[in-house]
Amino acid sequence: MTDFALQGGAVRAHDAPSRAKVLARLRLGDAVFRSLTRAAALGVLVLLGGVICALIIGAAPAFREFGFNFFVEQRWNPVTERFGALAPIYGTIVTSFIAMIIAVPIGLLIAVFLTELCPQFLRRPIGTAIELLAGIPSIIYGIWGLFVFAPFLQQTLQPFLISTFGNVPLLSSLFAGPPYGIGVLTASLILAIMVLPFITSISRDVFEAVPPVLKEAAYGVGCTTWEVVRYVVIPYTRVGVIGGVMLGLGRALGETMAVTFVIGNAHKISSSLIAPGTTISATIANEFTEAVGDLYTSSLIALGLILFIITFFVLAAARYMLLRIERRIG
Amino acid sequence: MNPLYAARRRRNKIAMGLSFAATAFGLGWLVLILGVLIYEGFSGLTLQVFTEMTPPPGSNGGLLNAIVGSLIMTTLAILIGTPIGIMAGTYMAEYGRHDRLTSVVRFINDILLSAPSIVIGLFIYEVMVVPMGHFSGLAGSVALAVIVIPVVVRTTEDMLLLVPNSLREAASSLGMPRAYVIRRVCYRAAQAGMVTGVLLAFARISGETAPLLFTALNNQFWSANLNAPMPSLPVVIFQFALSPYKDWQALAWTGALIITFTVLALSIIARVLSAPSKQS
Repeated sequence: MTDFALQGGAVRAHDAPSRAKVLARLRLGDAVFRSLTRAAALGVLVLLGGVICALIIGAAPAFREFGFNFFVEQRWNPVTERFGALAPIYGTIVTSFIAMIIAVPIGLLIAVFLTELCPQFLRRPIGTAIELLAGIPSIIYGIWGLFVFAPFLQQTLQPFLISTFGNVPLLSSLFAGPPYGIGVLTASLILAIMVLPFITSISRDVFEAVPPVLKEAAYGVGCTTWEVVRYVVIPYTRVGVIGGVMLGLGRALGETMAVTFVIGNAHKISSSLIAPGTTISATIANEFTEAVGDLYTSSLIALGLILFIITFFVLAAARYMLLRIERRIG
Repeated sequence: MNPLYAARRRRNKIAMGLSFAATAFGLGWLVLILGVLIYEGFSGLTLQVFTEMTPPPGSNGGLLNAIVGSLIMTTLAILIGTPIGIMAGTYMAEYGRHDRLTSVVRFINDILLSAPSIVIGLFIYEVMVVPMGHFSGLAGSVALAVIVIPVVVRTTEDMLLLVPNSLREAASSLGMPRAYVIRRVCYRAAQAGMVTGVLLAFARISGETAPLLFTALNNQFWSANLNAPMPSLPVVIFQFALSPYKDWQALAWTGALIITFTVLALSIIARVLSAPSKQS
């Protein structure tokens, strides 16, 4: 008994330095792991800073050469090296705007269907199917738009628009020119399909977070389903819905490949929606590898910088609104 | 029936009809796009596609070099992006849960998550292609890794936040150092969700074209050299689809079919993986 205890004590005494060593090693390992993870988190910030810095440095020659004129000049001439960003900026904003006009009501209606009307067992499959639309790579939308959708529009929707609105003042200029198939309107329609799932999935999530008590109270006083949605669900979730819409807008603004295929890449601002145009991302995708000369490259990077700044603010606003609704719903 | 009530019921019917129509419209596009893809691409889906190089116009060939290039670059991107993403997500959920740094990183990460991918391409062009003096598969991989990071950060943080605190407390009370608690307990509990995040990132980058256009460029030939331009499936589709040659366009459709079904399969697997862990 004593022997045993003594032996145990001896072992412990013998182990004491190694125990301290092990503890020190563990403490060191902990500190290293902690600083590694912290460095990675800081790395995310560095990444964003790096993107902004690299773009600013790359864009500097163009801004030095053209100054503020870069934003208001429509001409884009690689031969004389005169570059202006107005046409791509205009194209980006117009295509995204039209896409949102189409996608927002449809996206919201699908979310209403999924939360109010759809039988329970179909909710998940239908929701997943709509979200799969977001999973299809954008180049697929591009190739599909170019070979299937554009010819279809050229034969159906566009002649119809031209003949219907051709004699209406104001509207006639919106739909002037021959039906090419490709153009601003086609690009907008494809963008609308692409952002639809973003709007739907966020609106569905916030709609589902409305406390059932609120809805039941409204049904209890005799509201119809539409009135519950219109006067209870939407007002309650307004901030979140706007956040989802802004998130979709951010996607639409930066979308590249699908638009590049179908917009026609014409550096001019046309009042007609069926005429070819261009967007910032399509211009970069089309011309960057062929750009010769520092000024040409730099002008394209400057376009990228403008795009990044626009989307940064749109996405930041979206996140801010979604954060607000998250806090409220808890 | 009282006319006001009838009008309200009518309005309700119209609105609900519209929402039904909108859903049919959305699902219709999915069916239409997948249908056209299968119709156009399936006839070209032969063994040749997987065994032969991209052809010059007018002759037969496959997509082997593009498929291999895509696989190399996406795998490398995942290998670069995942550890960084997991580390950052770990800091946010474990060490700095209530930090100011964490909320800033989360905000910035969410913005990177939806940032236009073509801008990422420009960024890598500036920091890698220009200093190296040439396009390369490595630059393409890094560009894709930049897209992987925010996806993995987001899912890692979300999944670690779901791990109950009692698990951490139990492990700590046994005297486990923090790093061990995280690696041996929290990671294991959050495993399924974290794998889902990596799969989602994989699905996302395998269809990305824009960031590869001027980082990896393209290559007509077999190339496993990361220091040289490397072909990839999306870029080959882009080039072939916009070409005037019918046989190139047919190959582009086949490539499109391959990419789409790979991506959709990956995202469905990811969903299935994450579904049970969410319910329990």
